[in-house]
Amino acid sequence: MNIVVCVKHVPDTEVPIRIRADGRGIEESGLNFVLNFYDEHGVEEALRIKERFGGTVTLVTAGPARAVEALRTGLAMGADAAIHIQEPALASLDHIGTARVLAAAIKSVPCDLVLCGKLSTDDNAAIVGPALAEFLGLPQATAVTKLDLGDGNATAHREVEGAVEVLEVTLPAVITVERGINEARYPSLPGIMRAKRTPVTVRTLADLGITAPPPAHVELLGLTPPPKRQAGRRLEGEPAAVVHDLVRALREEAKVL
Amino acid sequence: MSAASDVWVIAEHAGGRPRKITYELLGLAKTLAGPMKVHAVAAGRGIAALADDLAAHGAHVVHVAESPLLEPYTTDAHAQVVGSLLAGAAPGLVLVGSTAAGRDLAPRLAARLDAGIVTDCASVAVEDERVVATRPVMTRKAIARVAYGDGMRIAVVLPNIYPPAPAEAGRSAEVRTVPVGLDPGSIRTRVIEVSAIKRETVPLTEADIIVSGGRGLRGPENFALLDKLAGILGAAVGSSRPPVDSGWVPHDYEIGQTGKTVNPQLYIACGISGAPQHLAGMSGSRCIVAINKDPQAPIFGIATYGVVGDVFEILPLLTEEVRKLKGAATDGGRTAPSDPGSAGRDGAGRTAGG
Ligand SMILES: Cc1cc2nc3c(=O)[nH]c(=O)nc-3n(C[C@H](O)[C@H](O)[C@H](O)COP(=O)(O)OP(=O)(O)OC[C@H]3O[C@@H](n4cnc5c(N)ncnc54)[C@H](O)[C@@H]3O)c2cc1C
Repeated sequence: MNIVVCVKHVPDTEVPIRIRADGRGIEESGLNFVLNFYDEHGVEEALRIKERFGGTVTLVTAGPARAVEALRTGLAMGADAAIHIQEPALASLDHIGTARVLAAAIKSVPCDLVLCGKLSTDDNAAIVGPALAEFLGLPQATAVTKLDLGDGNATAHREVEGAVEVLEVTLPAVITVERGINEARYPSLPGIMRAKRTPVTVRTLADLGITAPPPAHVELLGLTPPPKRQAGRRLEGEPAAVVHDLVRALREEAKVL
Repeated sequence: MSAASDVWVIAEHAGGRPRKITYELLGLAKTLAGPMKVHAVAAGRGIAALADDLAAHGAHVVHVAESPLLEPYTTDAHAQVVGSLLAGAAPGLVLVGSTAAGRDLAPRLAARLDAGIVTDCASVAVEDERVVATRPVMTRKAIARVAYGDGMRIAVVLPNIYPPAPAEAGRSAEVRTVPVGLDPGSIRTRVIEVSAIKRETVPLTEADIIVSGGRGLRGPENFALLDKLAGILGAAVGSSRPPVDSGWVPHDYEIGQTGKTVNPQLYIACGISGAPQHLAGMSGSRCIVAINKDPQAPIFGIATYGVVGDVFEILPLLTEEVRKLKGAATDGGRTAPSDPGSAGRDGAGRTAGG
């Protein structure tokens, strides 16, 4: 089983963000970047499959120089190889363009399975996985909570509204993973040492045969802080009276009961 | 988008009826289309009756794709049929619900049709001939405004944001049959089982009211308190992350950054402190009630009504008070608003159209 896992380097969600003065992005200075939470589960799943069936785990990212750290984290967890698509033109891509670029890189790696996180925690788009599947001409299963590999196919569980769906999908396929799929391991000390020595293959778009970066179909106009929620009314005192007030307020003021 | 442009809606259905999100999309489509037409696409098996329902809720044209191969939903079958239809019609704007099927299909269609796509839209509007969407990003620490370029645009819209289009009795639509020439061999996923999550009377993402519990509930048995209140309110039960991590409730209860994004009318947070990762999933709720014994809990900073108190004392009282209210309302001849989208949801009958 040769597996490719797409990973992204994203701001740690624990820390507050500052919107840039031009509103077109966030201040990166002082931010802590980490391997995207869902991608961590993707790497974990790939490692577990490799431990059972053998094969290799190759990481791919498209991102700025700092994104190599996401690759290093995945290598330290136990991945074998890493490809870093890096060049300024990436900054102008939309998610469909990013998927196109990742697909071009993945085409050069013979593999049976492509894993992605179901979304990245910075822009929440959940576009790259299915778009990548389209560009690779592969079937897909999204937001998968359980994956079992069979002979030439895989069984995937996914949660849909009010139900759990069990799918059988022909391999090779693109699977995007949901958090419930596994508990991701921490990188081990020997893993961290090995990760430092593992060469990361750097590729430009030209290397991938992409002469003109795909034009973006959507444009970020700006970021604004979310509308401030007013702290509303405090209800304190004798519980029965408080509850009585609350229910009246929900009914008469908020009109939600 | 030029002012003269039709707006398309990918209809989803469950148990033979459109889902609530479909009515919401039809309402939005009508606003965006202005004098132009609203098209609905319904794909599945035995869905002829859907066309009338979609027409009554505002569709001018309903495209019906019928085939046993289109139900239950699979990516390959729907991408082929809906993809060819959209490629031929080349609409300026296509609205899709942010549901399991919508999120699976829409990005694949966008890649296939070289369309612009924005997911998790909290609003979609036409401003100076441009289609502009807003969406929460960065764990809801920012709202992004995104403009589409020319060509086909796909907007994946969050549920529970737009009011459902009202039904107008007797309203009819032009029904067009979509030719379905599917080769079964081209469908590379097979749905082998769909098992209903029994406890989910209303899916969290569609619920108008959510009663949610956190670490303050102390143990799995206490979720029964939430179930009781939820039962009377017709609400869904959710949780913060610790109850999931501690195994008190399954992971699909979780609301937040690594859980679900919900937009109910009323969110009742019980014993939840209000960490940013939890707020990421629920701070879009219209009205938030927080019950917490710690007056300093951050959740109070965003709660519409903050009840400082012990959840084990407050919850039973609240349940009783709501029971009295609901009883009185029924006696007075008022009935609970019916929710067509969640009727007859038994899991096995689930289909994701479009
Ligand atoms: C990468 C990452 C992703 C995460 N994603 C999510 C996510 O999606 N969703 C999520 O919820 N969290 C998420 N978290 C966890 C998050 O940071 C918080 O730890 C979590 O939300 C806290 O849950 P809580 O409010 O239930 O528990 P606590 O923070 O422990 O709060 C419990 C509250 O209960 C109150 N309480 C206790 N007893 C009572 C009582 N008898 N009556 C009334 N009140 C009482 C306490 O005063 C306290 O405020 C994530 C964390 C990380 C690092």
